[in-house]
Amino acid sequence: MAIQAYQDKAAALYAGLRSRYSVFMANPHLTGGQKLAVHYFTAAVVLFMAQLLFGLLAGLQFIWPGFLYEVLDFNVNRMVHINAMIVWMLYGFIGSVYWFLEDESGVPVVGLKWGQLAFWVLTGAVALVVLVYLLVQVGSGNDTSLWFINEGREYIEAPRWADIGIVAVMLVFFYNVAATFAQGKWSGIAGVLTLDLVALAGLYLAGMFYATNISVDQYWWWWVIHLWVEATWEVLVGCIMAWSLMKLLGVRRQIVQTWLYIEVALMFGSGILGLGHHYFWIGTPEYWFTIGGFFSALEPIPLVAMVVHSVYDSGVHNFKNGNHPALAWIIAHTFGNFLGAGVWGFMHTLPQINLYTHGTQWSASHGHLAFFGAYATINIAFFYLAAQQARGNCWMGGGLANGWRWKWSLALLNLGVMGMTVALLIAGYEQSFIERAIEGSTWTAYFDAQNHPWFVQAMVWRVIFGLMTIAGGGLLFWDLLAIGKAETRKAAVINLA
Amino acid sequence: MNEPLPFWASETFWKKTAIWVTSGSFVLLILLTFDSLAKISAGGSRVPAYSVINKDISYRFDKQLQRYQPVILGDAPLFGKMLSETEAEQLVALGKKTTQAKNCMNCHTLLGNGAYYAPDLTKAWLDQAWGGAGRETAMAQFLLDPEKYAHTYGSNRKMPNLGITEEEARGVVAFLKWMSAIDTNGFPHNFKAIGAEEE
Repeated sequence: MAIQAYQDKAAALYAGLRSRYSVFMANPHLTGGQKLAVHYFTAAVVLFMAQLLFGLLAGLQFIWPGFLYEVLDFNVNRMVHINAMIVWMLYGFIGSVYWFLEDESGVPVVGLKWGQLAFWVLTGAVALVVLVYLLVQVGSGNDTSLWFINEGREYIEAPRWADIGIVAVMLVFFYNVAATFAQGKWSGIAGVLTLDLVALAGLYLAGMFYATNISVDQYWWWWVIHLWVEATWEVLVGCIMAWSLMKLLGVRRQIVQTWLYIEVALMFGSGILGLGHHYFWIGTPEYWFTIGGFFSALEPIPLVAMVVHSVYDSGVHNFKNGNHPALAWIIAHTFGNFLGAGVWGFMHTLPQINLYTHGTQWSASHGHLAFFGAYATINIAFFYLAAQQARGNCWMGGGLANGWRWKWSLALLNLGVMGMTVALLIAGYEQSFIERAIEGSTWTAYFDAQNHPWFVQAMVWRVIFGLMTIAGGGLLFWDLLAIGKAETRKAAVINLA
Repeated sequence: MNEPLPFWASETFWKKTAIWVTSGSFVLLILLTFDSLAKISAGGSRVPAYSVINKDISYRFDKQLQRYQPVILGDAPLFGKMLSETEAEQLVALGKKTTQAKNCMNCHTLLGNGAYYAPDLTKAWLDQAWGGAGRETAMAQFLLDPEKYAHTYGSNRKMPNLGITEEEARGVVAFLKWMSAIDTNGFPHNFKAIGAEEE
């Protein structure tokens, strides 16, 4: 009987989802590409929530090491935490590109059916990978484990079969983008975007083979991690930002595109050789001290430029825009990117200080603010653009019904992440000082630093601010589901300058 | 708005700049990569041959560079057995694959990269925690039953039992011994190794 009841419930749930899905697919306000974008955004938000949840579990284990011991150990929680982050950000970027692809090219997405298929393949694969992470967790020390369980290499842990699947999906995505622009208009944004996607997909290949020599292993590993996060992703976000500034604020295309080229020059000019700051201590030659130090010191410059131009643009247009939550998140992006990637990155990028801070909570501090500021924020801005359009281009300006929700989630998420960042920074200073500078980097030194009350306090603060972040995340989830549903007014019309 | 733009403010100027700067940086990176990969191949001066696991590895303070550098001394076979270069590489590869399959990097750091929940393994072989003689046995024993042999240093953090086999444990020890001989430009800072010499 009980089984029958569950079957009925599952059937009802499935029927409900199916009918909601067909209602969504009949939405007259969205183009085909935009519907696909909403698919990506939905999966992205779900993964974002998973990232927050597993981050909380890992954070709690710093305070109570026995918590979930040998059930969900720190390594599993932390892997799901960082993998969910990478994947939801990629989902957000891909969704954002599908979102503006038709608007920018002037034609419907070419090969949309393939794009839709790729979405379901990718999402199925991600679900399977996460299940294996949680249920199987670890394997034996052989190639089978690396092919089917996980590769055990931070950030790109996905087993190799999934790597190959990801490349296939990226090729479909690339085909959609390039073929659509080829059939419609090529703009400056389109050109930068297409070339950037070639680089982004190509770099992933650098992390797809095994090497016993760990110096060689990490050499190529950084080609994926650094050249994604500090070069191609930043340029991708630049393209997305350029388009959204035109839409949100009515900035002239010529100005936006000139800035985009400046940003590409600065970003790639500093970021490609800035890769060297990861080659100080992995066995690579000493000349990377000079090259890595010099170019990574230049890396914040494009981020300063971005603050200047977005604040300037907003000011010139008196902050007039048709989507307050989206603009607020774009402003959060500008400052978050500058502070998290620029300032926090620069603070420990030079070998003179990195010798002490590398591999400490310093990196965790920088990582939290940089990923959130540079990438989470702009994706969330696009979620709001999509929510607005999906609900019939409704009003999203001042006096919005239930506007408290987006404002509170914005405040809680930003304060929460900033709080975690500062807590981890304090832990990082303490760890660098006691473990490295004073005690000489042994395991005893490591634990002396970890057990110090200043470190423990910082970890407690991290969890408190983590809870604040989760509260903001939950509110964001709720708001995205509900915002504008009851709104009868149409969006404000922005006069193009 | 119809006055001509100066060349430095034009879209085409910045487009060309972006293309030149990007391709220039990338070409430089490729050239440096060829050089770096040649210098970090196993058996070179920076990354030792895998058969270094047959030797006694120690640390010596370099006055000119103002940092400790790994030094290779006399014979000290791992688990009492001298291995050929091929056998040594196989054992280290087993260890490396085990560290990946067991997801070590999401608690520990390797060459300073990874997670920060557990100690850095870069120079684990040389850490004073293992004492002097018989450390390979102690390390393998620990890996087989980490809960029983746990030293939490008052932190209560314990390594979980990851189902490591005896052969895998030997492999991991070999991998850690080999890794400890890599020249990491003085990282981690001021590391006080077992038997380090200050001249």
